[in-house]
Amino acid sequence: MKNDYFYIPQIEKRNAKAKRFHILVSSAIITTMAFLFFFLFTIIKEGIPAFKQSYIQVDIEITQELVENPYAINATLDKDIAKFISRSWTRSLPSQIEKNPDWIGKTVSLSALTNADVDQYLKGNNHKLSQDQQQKLDKMYEDGIIEFKFNKIFFTTGDSKIPENAGFFSAMVGSVLTMLVTMLIAVPIGLMTAIYLEEFAPDNKFTQFIEININNLAAIPSILFGLLGLAIFINFFGVPRSTPFVGGLTLALMSLPIIIVSAKAALKTVPESIRQAGIGLGLTKWQITRDHVFPLALPGMLTGSIIALAQALGETAPLIIVGMIAFVPDASTSIFNAATVMPAQIYTWSGMPEGMYIEKTSAAIMLLLGVLLSLNAIAIYLRKKFQPKW
Amino acid sequence: MLSTKTLLLPFISVAAIASSANANDQIKIVGSSTVYPFTSYVAEEFGATTGNKTPVVESTGTGGGMKLFCAGVGSNTPDFTNASRPMKVAEFEICQENGVKNIVGMKVGYDGVAIAQNKDNEALDLTLEQLFLALAQEVPSKDGKSLVANPYKKWSDIDNTLPNREIKMIGAPSTSGTRDSFDEMVMEHASKSFPVYNGEPYKKIRTDGVYIPGGENDNLIVQKLAQDKDAMGYFGYSFLEENRDKIKGVTLNGVEPNAKNISSGEYPIARSIFIYMKKDHMGKTKGLEEFIKLYSSEAMTGENGVLKTIGLIPMPSDEHKLTQETIKSLAVITPEMVKAGLTNPAK
Repeated sequence: MKNDYFYIPQIEKRNAKAKRFHILVSSAIITTMAFLFFFLFTIIKEGIPAFKQSYIQVDIEITQELVENPYAINATLDKDIAKFISRSWTRSLPSQIEKNPDWIGKTVSLSALTNADVDQYLKGNNHKLSQDQQQKLDKMYEDGIIEFKFNKIFFTTGDSKIPENAGFFSAMVGSVLTMLVTMLIAVPIGLMTAIYLEEFAPDNKFTQFIEININNLAAIPSILFGLLGLAIFINFFGVPRSTPFVGGLTLALMSLPIIIVSAKAALKTVPESIRQAGIGLGLTKWQITRDHVFPLALPGMLTGSIIALAQALGETAPLIIVGMIAFVPDASTSIFNAATVMPAQIYTWSGMPEGMYIEKTSAAIMLLLGVLLSLNAIAIYLRKKFQPKW
Repeated sequence: MLSTKTLLLPFISVAAIASSANANDQIKIVGSSTVYPFTSYVAEEFGATTGNKTPVVESTGTGGGMKLFCAGVGSNTPDFTNASRPMKVAEFEICQENGVKNIVGMKVGYDGVAIAQNKDNEALDLTLEQLFLALAQEVPSKDGKSLVANPYKKWSDIDNTLPNREIKMIGAPSTSGTRDSFDEMVMEHASKSFPVYNGEPYKKIRTDGVYIPGGENDNLIVQKLAQDKDAMGYFGYSFLEENRDKIKGVTLNGVEPNAKNISSGEYPIARSIFIYMKKDHMGKTKGLEEFIKLYSSEAMTGENGVLKTIGLIPMPSDEHKLTQETIKSLAVITPEMVKAGLTNPAK
């Protein structure tokens, strides 16, 4: 070694240093992965049971009386079985009979939704059933009178105070409506602002001031946009509270700076030579921007917009203030009807005392994560597919 | 350059759309997070059985709800507000000033604040005074003549019959209605039995880490109690009822926290909960009267009503009858009733 011409005495020390640094940074990623894995594992473990729901087979004699007072079936059924059936199912009997008028006067075998206690007992969670009822349930489960089915309710109904009847559908509809408003307002305004600032605006103190402010706005805590939304849209313009319209406007305010900043960055990546070539050919600024710069920057602009919208989709804080965190069981039919959004629904369920909401919370988180992941995947795909190479 | 007209255009259109959108076929409810689950349940039932739109129920806290409720009449203000305490005189006056003249109040029932600990712990019985001494910022000194910073670290320091266990209380943050109730019914009440406070209600809670504000999510407090055997926590009674597999109640003055003891008033930390209706909105918003009648019905708030199954402690039947009469006649609350904290007119 000593005779080696290239031998440098410090080399071992330097190599050791490099190795330590390598271990340090890789341990950082391992820690992150561990956190992520732990988070996903608990969510999935708790959420999976929510996708199945127990149903009980009951024979019911349908009479005209049931249409007026569905709770009368409790008297005709076995006392324990009546206790196993969900109140929300009994409540919906009249509308079921209305749909099938030929049932009246017959005894029909129906698959009834069980209540949360039964469902939780069969899933091995906390319940309030007596020893007797538990034995009875075990027997019925063995005999196939009670069975698990795919939980359709979760995807077709809205929030409910009856845990087994609670679903995520209204929240999904609310999110879609809110995001529509946000998208229709924030994306065009954001892109146009970016184009103006990057392509047309003169570079002077005033535009610099505006740009600094936009950059700052992108870093502002989202709750402040909620307060702004409350002050401007609700108190000043009188937009109705709790609606996707006001929620969408507020989230649009929040996403605007992010869209502008990312769109400006996308425009900056278009080489100056393209613009100069256009000028050389005698094109107007409008023609250069419309036909050359804008199409080239579009993939980057879209990626930025999608990521901003994905962030808005997962936002709750500003929506608390404009009243979108509310109990809204009906799916909203227009942007002017009260609605709630997916993260808001998760927040509400997480605070409920009944155990069944815990699994519904996790299942809802899984759905929300799924939507966010696919939005990000679309953004990455667009970037990879359409990004021009220079 | 852009003209002023073009600049204003978007704003004008927002205002125009907004004013045309105030459809009034949906009831709006705000207010206390304690009453929120009960009102939501009735709202759901109302939507599912009457063909009306399901009312929107928002949980804003009692004070926040009163502020929105009393802001005025009209389609942009709520029709009902939930409250975990009676309306205050100041709030009533603000309501009157803003044109909310006719208010109908309805008592919904009772709610108890339960103090709980890990299920595996030995049963514990405390008095309100012991709780006060454990949690107050300043407590009477040994001779009882002056106030000193709270020295107690263990329950056995307060009274040697109590277990040799660290004092650790996880409770609601200061914004919560449950905390208001705890402050009033435990701290202020117990401070009266120590002459050194001169009969002034004392509710300062110690900040040396013994009392841990647990956040608004009561499920988190339950989870912490399930892990930490030293800790105790307090929350709305329904959380104790739902989590009996993990936690158990601490008895107060020998009284167990259960539905019977809370509605009879025997359990010391129980409160009445209310909902208030804007009578001025009748005929403007669809279904107001139907909704409040459904709420006061036997099937909902009665002694065996369905709200009992989700943790409401119903009124005794004679009190419930009285409430139903108030709702039937839609009698508005008067300044005298507000002062006395009542919603039913005196006979």
